[in-house]
This record gives sequence, C-alpha cells and structure tokens, in this order.
Amino acid sequence: MRYLQKAVSALLLVGLLAGSSVVLASPKIEHWISSSGLRVYYVGIDDLPMLDMNLSFDAGSARDGKQSGVANLTLSMLDKGAAGMSADQLAEVFESVGANFYTDVSRDSANIGLRTITLDKPFKVAVDNWLAVIKAPEFPEADFVRLKKRMKVGFEAAKQSPSRLAGKAFYKHLYGDHPYATPVNGFEQTVEALSIADLKAFYQRYIVEDNAMLSIVGAVSREQAEVLANRVSEVLPAGKKPQAIPEVQPLTEAKTVHIPFPSSQAHILMGQPGYKRGDLDYFKLYLANHPFGGSGFTSRLMKEVRVKRGLSYSVYSYFSASREKGPFVMGLQTKLEQVEEAKAVLNDLLGRYLKEGATAEEFEESKLNITGGFPMNIAGNSNIGNYVDMIGFYGLPLNYLERFTDEINRVTPEQAKLAMQRRINPDALLTVIVGGEPPETKSMSEADGEVKKGQ
Amino acid sequence: MQRILSLGATMRNYRLWFSMLALLSTPIYAENSTATVTAKVPSVSEKMLANGFKVLVKEDHRAPIAVVQVWYRIGTSYEHEGITGLSHALEHMMFKGTKARKSGEFEVVLSRIGAENNAFTSQDFTAYYEVLAAQHVETALELESDRMRNLVLDKEEFKKEIEVVKEERRMRTDDNPNAVMREQFNAVAYLNNPYRSPVIGWMEDLDNMNLDDLKDWYRKWYAPNNATLVVAGDVDPEKIFALAEKYFGKYQSVALPEVKPRTEIPQIGLREIVIKAPAKVERILMGFKTPGFISAKQGKVEPWEPYALDVLANILDGGSSARFAKHLVRGKEVAAGASAGFMAYGRMPEMFIVSGVPATGVSLADLRKALLNEIEVMKTTLVTPEELERVKAQVLAAEIYQRDSVQHIATTIGALESTGLGWPLMEAYQDEILAITAEQVQQVAKKYLNEDQMTVARLAPQSLSAGEKK
Repeated sequence: MRYLQKAVSALLLVGLLAGSSVVLASPKIEHWISSSGLRVYYVGIDDLPMLDMNLSFDAGSARDGKQSGVANLTLSMLDKGAAGMSADQLAEVFESVGANFYTDVSRDSANIGLRTITLDKPFKVAVDNWLAVIKAPEFPEADFVRLKKRMKVGFEAAKQSPSRLAGKAFYKHLYGDHPYATPVNGFEQTVEALSIADLKAFYQRYIVEDNAMLSIVGAVSREQAEVLANRVSEVLPAGKKPQAIPEVQPLTEAKTVHIPFPSSQAHILMGQPGYKRGDLDYFKLYLANHPFGGSGFTSRLMKEVRVKRGLSYSVYSYFSASREKGPFVMGLQTKLEQVEEAKAVLNDLLGRYLKEGATAEEFEESKLNITGGFPMNIAGNSNIGNYVDMIGFYGLPLNYLERFTDEINRVTPEQAKLAMQRRINPDALLTVIVGGEPPETKSMSEADGEVKKGQ
Repeated sequence: MQRILSLGATMRNYRLWFSMLALLSTPIYAENSTATVTAKVPSVSEKMLANGFKVLVKEDHRAPIAVVQVWYRIGTSYEHEGITGLSHALEHMMFKGTKARKSGEFEVVLSRIGAENNAFTSQDFTAYYEVLAAQHVETALELESDRMRNLVLDKEEFKKEIEVVKEERRMRTDDNPNAVMREQFNAVAYLNNPYRSPVIGWMEDLDNMNLDDLKDWYRKWYAPNNATLVVAGDVDPEKIFALAEKYFGKYQSVALPEVKPRTEIPQIGLREIVIKAPAKVERILMGFKTPGFISAKQGKVEPWEPYALDVLANILDGGSSARFAKHLVRGKEVAAGASAGFMAYGRMPEMFIVSGVPATGVSLADLRKALLNEIEVMKTTLVTPEELERVKAQVLAAEIYQRDSVQHIATTIGALESTGLGWPLMEAYQDEILAITAEQVQQVAKKYLNEDQMTVARLAPQSLSAGEKK
C-alpha cells in the first residue's frame, strides 16, 4: 500500500504535532534566505555528532503532468551517475564514510537528503559528494534502462498486494483528473515511455533554487550552517518557481469501486478529499477525527469494529494534509463474508458521529492525549527534522509547534462538530473494496478489472 | 497503533539488529569533530529484586521522556504443536482488564497522559511498552504491575479477540505470498526446533484455542522471575529501582516450567520446496544453518564466529556498495533485488538468509546460480581491505545514528536480556566487529554456507484470477 502509506506517514507527522499545556521548550527553528534566494531552516542540536540535511523541491508527482512517474524516476537516477562517478563509485563514497544519501518523492515534494556523522573527515567527504551529485547528475543510459526494468517488477509486485491495489484505486477515484490521482511511481506505460531527455528536462525545470527549501538539523553551528547553505545555493541554478497546482474538487455523489482479488480478506477504504496545510479548519478537523478513528485503542472505530465486533485487526480514520486537499480515509480489513457488515458499521458510525459529534468525555480525553503526547514527538534529531521539513516546505509559521497546543485547546466541541459536518458529506463517499468478487458480477469478473456502481 | 507482532521480518531483521546493536561506546576516529563528540555513554544500571525480577535502566536526558518496557521470556519457541500462537493471543488478551480495572480502562488511563502503548511478540519473548512523559513513569509501572498477576481472562472477550487475531493472520500472512513462503520455509528448515512455527500461530491452532489454554499459559509464565523491566530516558536509576520494588517486589517468584532444549538436529542434505500461491513475482529464499551469538556465549563455537558472519552479511548486502547490489542488481543485472541477513539473536541458533527477485527476463535458476556464486567467492577469495573498512565505517556511524531513539535502545536491551544473550553484548558489539579479519570472514563462509546446510524455497506465482481463497 505504498500510496496510502505515504498518506499514513503524513498522518503520523500530523499526529506528532501535538502541543502541550506543559511548558516545554520546542526546538528553536532559525530561518533565513540566502543571498541568492534559498530558503533555509536550521536547528542546532549538539547532543550527537550527526547532521541531517534535506533539500526539498515543489517537484513531487503532482508535477508529473502526462509523464506519470517522471519525478520519481528523475530523483531515483541521481545516485546512478554524477560528477564523473558511476553508480558503484557513488555508493562507495557515501557508504565508506557511513553516510546515507537518499532521495524521496511524494505527491507534493521531491527530496534529496543526507545523513552523516560530523567528525571532520567523513563529514567533508559526505557533504562534498552530496553537493557534487546535486550539481552534476549524469543520468546514464544503461542505469536508466535497468531502473525501468526494475520498476516493471515493482509494478507486478503491486498487483499481488490487495492493500496496494486498494490504495491505488482510492487515489484514482478520489482525485479524478487532479494531479494527485496518479501514483508517485507512475504507470507501466508512462514509465516505459520516458526518456533520458524527459528526466533531464524535469531536473532543469524543477530542481532549482527558487523552488527549493533546505533544512539543516544537527551538530553544526549557525555559522557552519550558513556556509553549508551557501554551498547548496552555489550548486543550484536560480530557476523559477512553478505555478500552484490546481485545487481539489469535492466528490458530488457516492461511488463504490470493487476490485476482485483471490484473497481471504477484503480491504475496505472509504473517504473523501479532506484538508490541506494551512486550512482554516485544520485544528478543528484534526481534533474532531482523533476520538473517532485517530486515537488508536480508545477511538470509536476501534471500540466498535474491533473490540465489540471482532471484525478487523486494524481500523482507523485520518486526515492527511498536503499542499492541496489530502484524503480523509476510513479503512479496515475483514474476511470476505463480513464485508457488507463492516461497510454498514463504518457508514453508520460516521453518520452518527457527524450528527452528534464527540461526547464531552471523548473530547476532553483527546485534548489531553494530544497535548500530553507533545514531549515524545519532539524528542530526537529525526523527529525534529521531520517537523522542520514540514514547516519549511509548506511555509508554516516558525512558532507552529508552540502554537499547536493553544490552537488545539481553543477548539470547542461545537466547533469540531460543525467543521466535520461542513467538510464531510456522508452522501458522497468513495468506497473501495479489494477482495472477493462483487455480488452481481461473480461469473464475469476479470483479474485486474474494476467494477463500479452507483450507490 | 496496533498490537504488533514481531515476526521474522521485523524484529529478526538483521539490519535492524546490526544497527540496534551498534549503539554505544566511543567512536574510534582520532580526529577533531566539528561538534563535541559525546563521551562514552554510561552503561546500563542494573538491579535484581529478591523475587527474581530484573530491572535495567538506561539514562538519556536529551528529552523529558521515558520508555517503560516489561519483557517476558515467553514466545512461540516455548510453545508446542497444537498450541502455536498462544503467546501472541495472550498478548492480545493482556489489554482486556484486571481484577481492579475493566477492559479498556488501561488504555484510557494512558491515553489521558498522552502515552503511547502497545506490545509485541516474537519467537522468544513478549514485551509490553509505554512511551510517555518522564514524570508519568510511575503510572506505567503501576499498570504493568497490575496485569502481571491480576489479569482477568473473560470468555466473551476471548471469543471476539481470537477473531481479531485471525484477521491479523489473514492480513499479514494468508493474503501475502511472500509471507506464506517464509512461513512454510521456516517449517521445513527446522524439523524439531520450535522456530519452525509462526509467531501468530497456524490457523487451525487459532480455531481450536480456548480460554483454559490462555489461563494456563498466563499462570505459568507471567511471573516476576520470568520478566525484565527496562526503563530508558530522562529518569534516575535509584528512583526506578525504588518504584520497581514498590510495584513488583510484592509478588512471589514462582517455579517456572522446565524448558526442554529442543536443539535442531543437524541438517544432512539440501531441502527444497515450491510455494504455489496467487502472485505475480517470482522469488527465491535460501537459508543456511549457522550458529548464533548464543552459541558463542555457550562456548559451542569460537567467540568471533557470529561477528564474522555478521560482517559477511554486510559484505554481501550492507548497502548500495555491497556485492549483491554491485554485482547482481547492477553488474550482471540478474536481480531486481537481492538481500542477505544473518539471523543470530535468538535464544537458539538460526540461519543465514539469502533471498532474491529475478530481474525481468532472468530465470529463477540463473538468479540462484548467481547468488550461490557470490557465496562461493566468499570461500575462495579474501574480502578486500576497502570492503572491510566500509563495513566498519558503517558500524561506527550507525552507532551514533541509533542513539537518536530511546525506544530503540530500550528494545535492544530488553531483547538481548530476554534471549539470554545479556545487554552487555550491545556494548561489546562494535569492538568485536572492528576486530574481524578477512581470513575470519572466509573461514565462516567455508564452514557454514554449504549446500548440505541449505533450505531453499521458490515462489511459483499462480493466476490472480483464480477465485476466492478459503
């Protein structure tokens, strides 16, 4: 379920943004813009001799256009040849000093990252080579052909996983012709059609300073961070920020998509477009979802679906925030005979929750849980790095972390309920089911065919 | 938040362990840092209560948080055929209330203080944990103490929860061809050793499990002298010892059942199976019987042997510059993916695992040949100094990166303690790895990576349109 996993990790990040009534020092985020225009976010932490640098671009798969998969393939090619070094040599230079070079693409962002220790020699080798790769990727043909072939195997593997099939179908039908509809990895045909020239064009267009954000988290001083940022500026062409991606349109009617699959369980996903970063209803919806399906074992979904009925091992709901509206999703897995029952329970619970909202007790518990969990979520370089990336990439206020607590505490039960009512339309839910066969088409289903029906 | 099950794929993943175990001790680089290099991290504070309950505290004052874990030496490897999955099912039931607290109350108490809690089961242990603000540690200890001895096992709750466990099995294993393959591979590789059974249990055993089985299991194994408390984070060891005494010191130790050795009989020839399951992608899995760290501890093999095998695994698959990636994924382009891992942190010896997915247009037979050829080369040719240096540099860096997570450190301590390896292994690990020579790597390759010690499983994909699974 790669695509949904992306969403889930986004959710985890949201979950981590809990504030606290306890007075606690949030990490001090320093922000500046380099002389040539690079946006930089820095947190100095010298507990451990390590450093994380992440360069994020507004160049996720939402920028793929008709060339679905081009962002992902472009970034995946960076460590296959650069600055006169082959894939073998690049792997060697980073790993021989214990550094991790990585690239990562989501729907919104393309990331080029480095984790290294800060002891002089390995630090220098890691940083020098990281910059060299960014400056001069070579996109060697032979590596490109091989990578495409490997991706083909990945596409095949996805077909044997009901959860991945469900995630893919969910995004496709939720987003229609919006760029979020397509998978980050692209499709077999679109990936096959890509050329080296396409990748180079994408790199030149989007991997530019005006479209970038740099985070630096770890054991370097502000002065050292400034030097590092300037060095990054030097290897990036100025370029131009692309136009904003389109807004997400709401679903207007209920739709069910059933994909037959020879499994013992069906995977069910139900949802709608939810909220985006900086959304006016953000805190209200985040809090409103918590007691419903976001708080784990104390959530209504868990109590009703798992504890009371034993229908599923995992059951949850979440809002995933992105540049434009990410999905609101409810999900579970259950044996085939129980699909109708499970669907009915989910629909019923959502309907009731929209009408009544959380109880006073549930609401209070959720506030306590979110605020009390705050210290855990800002512990360690990795956690802090994730926040800094999010704050920097989406241009959220630097005091976002401190403010989160107050924003959560300020929300009233009525506000949370009204926000859910305003944003979630129970009559226009998308339902995706993977597993078994749809009741009325048992005799004529195909392996990979989808069957749709109105509801 | 799931009650996760630590199957082979997660807790027993060598790479996780590789890094998990490379946690402490001083970096050997004799140069100046751009930052202050933290001095040698203080070791673990340890105390044994009179009733046999062991307490281990690892201080880490970077953030005002703590991890509380209670580890029981009970898991699939203590079960026998017919009751597989019992330890894991009991783990699920441990959240269903005690004499003092009704079902669900446990989670509400923890939720209100912002704590995250869950549990995991493996072949050798079952562990329960809370991650919370350090000032709330006592709450976690009180709750854990309560369910160590006062669990209420209710028939109605069990009836529903066992269905949840079956759904978990369907999700993790039955509908995942790679997981089915791994499960059956284990059952064939081990004949008389309990590692042959899946942690979650065979479906028929779940169908026939009853409440009396769980009551019996709970009474036998959930005792202070079969448990270890690990607390890591912003805490004072003396205070934790006092709290442990207050909440766990009151329980009597109990006579634990005798654990029969069930040592795996020597393998005397190749074993091979084919898994036919609805799937799209072929796959091969090969395992060689090897000693574990426990074998070294018991004096059954040279103390360096497990470390040499660990280095060997990293020469083959310790990153993108390792041999599998360099020679098989790139180079010959016979693999879409290939991995090697040394499974060695159990209370009994396990295997050295090699697996791969063929590249498009390459047969599984050719991939198998290529994988085995890489192993043959390990026996005939010494690894280069550069390769050894790379592995060692990665160990040193991983040692630093892993200190970033308190949970990680606590889990390493608890797991080592619960398998009888003991937490000091964590501190010795780095120096032992740094001492390994090319000759030693060659010796263990020759000694253990042989066909007679090998089990092979091949996944033969079947049509995905072939109706419903039973």
